[in-house]
Amino acid sequence: MSSLSLEDVERIAALARLELTADEKHLFVRQLTDILTYAEQVQRIDTSGIAATAHVHPDQRVEREDEPRPSLGVAAALANAPDADADAGLFKVPRVIG
Amino acid sequence: MQYETVIGLEVHAHLLTRTKIFCGCSTAFGAPPNSQVCPVCLGLPGALPVLNRLAVDYAIKAALALGCEVQRESIFARKNYFYPDLPKGYQISQYEQPLALRGSIDLDVDGAVRRVGITRVHMEEDAGKSLHEGFLDSARRSYIDLNRSGVPLIEIVSEPDMRSAAEAAEYFSRIKALLVWIGVNDGNMEEGSLRCDANVSVRPVGQTTLGTKAEVKNVNSFRYLEKALEFEIARQIEIVSQGGRVVQETRLWDSSTGRTQSMRSKEEAHDYRYFPEPDLPPLVVDAARVEAVQQTLPELPEARRARFVSAYGLPAYDAGVLTQSSEVAGYFEAAVAASGNAKAASNWIMGDVLRRTKEHDVAVSAFPISPESLGGLVRLIDKGTISSAMAKDVFAQMFESGRSADAIVAAEGLAQIGDAGALASIVAEVMAANVDAVAQYRAGKQQTFGFLVGQVMKASKGKANPQLANQVLRDALAEGAGQ
Repeated sequence: MSSLSLEDVERIAALARLELTADEKHLFVRQLTDILTYAEQVQRIDTSGIAATAHVHPDQRVEREDEPRPSLGVAAALANAPDADADAGLFKVPRVIG
Repeated sequence: MQYETVIGLEVHAHLLTRTKIFCGCSTAFGAPPNSQVCPVCLGLPGALPVLNRLAVDYAIKAALALGCEVQRESIFARKNYFYPDLPKGYQISQYEQPLALRGSIDLDVDGAVRRVGITRVHMEEDAGKSLHEGFLDSARRSYIDLNRSGVPLIEIVSEPDMRSAAEAAEYFSRIKALLVWIGVNDGNMEEGSLRCDANVSVRPVGQTTLGTKAEVKNVNSFRYLEKALEFEIARQIEIVSQGGRVVQETRLWDSSTGRTQSMRSKEEAHDYRYFPEPDLPPLVVDAARVEAVQQTLPELPEARRARFVSAYGLPAYDAGVLTQSSEVAGYFEAAVAASGNAKAASNWIMGDVLRRTKEHDVAVSAFPISPESLGGLVRLIDKGTISSAMAKDVFAQMFESGRSADAIVAAEGLAQIGDAGALASIVAEVMAANVDAVAQYRAGKQQTFGFLVGQVMKASKGKANPQLANQVLRDALAEGAGQ
């Protein structure tokens, strides 16, 4: 049975942009290991001859016509942003590149 | 040691739909920032994507034009990464099961055909746009416009089949021409409708395994692509020939310095953690749909080029120039129909028409002289009504006024004097006014003939049919000499 390391959890947290306390890291080592263990149980089922399933509703053809629909409007779009320049109509975020 | 360059390209092309790939927001370029966004393309919780039917049809169309096999089932996948212009924290793309596989496109390299394999064509959504400069607090803040978020894209991935920067630029140019030709992309590279990343590596000639590659991003013109690749190839050969190793990395082309530079990121190496998109069912494209899209494909550039050679007897060069876009090809065929003279129509289009479209930055479809009208001009020349030299002036007037060649020739009295009797009286006047020159000619000074022809043309205000004027003058001079 595989077990996640503390480093695994730290790496996953970094990829998800999560800052975890030491307690949380240990908690997630245990919880994520439980999830992996469950996945391992599922993997023991013989699935030879069964195609990989990407979706539980296969062959469900849902497409829309290329017809424009109203957008939100700039004010509404920016309304919940932590920071925005209302005059320019732009979201503001901490500078991304060096 | 001799080195060989290996290049593969990833071309991203917007699809010309009115709305985004997963929502009904407009894709129009240039709208005020964040005016074309909704919960889906903003990545708001609970919003669900619904696939745009036309985007799928256009992607199929492009795949077919590239000779790819459209897959009956393809799967959308989440490509996870953090960047502020990607509001959901993942891009919906296709990964393990793309829309189409195994195509090719032929390049013309130094007169020989070079086939470049297409690995795959898949569908995805574009990200928004980050603005890093130009604001008072740009030192601390980046600004985000999400109008582009969710615009439908296809990514066309080539095999590593190109061996020089010039071949890569030719490939990109052919892909662009093809996508514009079939009407799925507008080819507007300034607006980012078509973009390209290049994977480049070098290896000693004879080695069959690939060298370590670098990915060059941010090249959005053919010229920059060629320059960026030339720089990158030289950089890698320099490293390898000195016993060093190329680092696998992403490098950004900087057109201001003419260099590629490492996009060193403090982030960890990319780990996109792709997984099937649970909000979208598999995309199922049955044979009937492929067939229906196939029916909408126009005759492709190569087929049309071949037909221009076989059906109209054009030189291969002409056929290549005339099939640079479907507008030019269509203009040519309409002009041939109106004139009945393919080579003359080709010459006018390759010369005056295309030159003026460039000079005046006007599309062939909006060119002031219709192909029918150009055909009318060619007919007047072929009938001998006007000379080729006069036709140039008539063409200029047609361009300025939009009037037909017939109308201009009639209004300006430009028809050639092609009547020997009328010319004879002009010749007689000229001979009478230039007694000395006539005497010199008759005394054996042949050069004087050219002067006298010039006088005849002048006296006729340029309207004399040159061949006929020559003949009438020569006869008149010969007659007089015998007296």
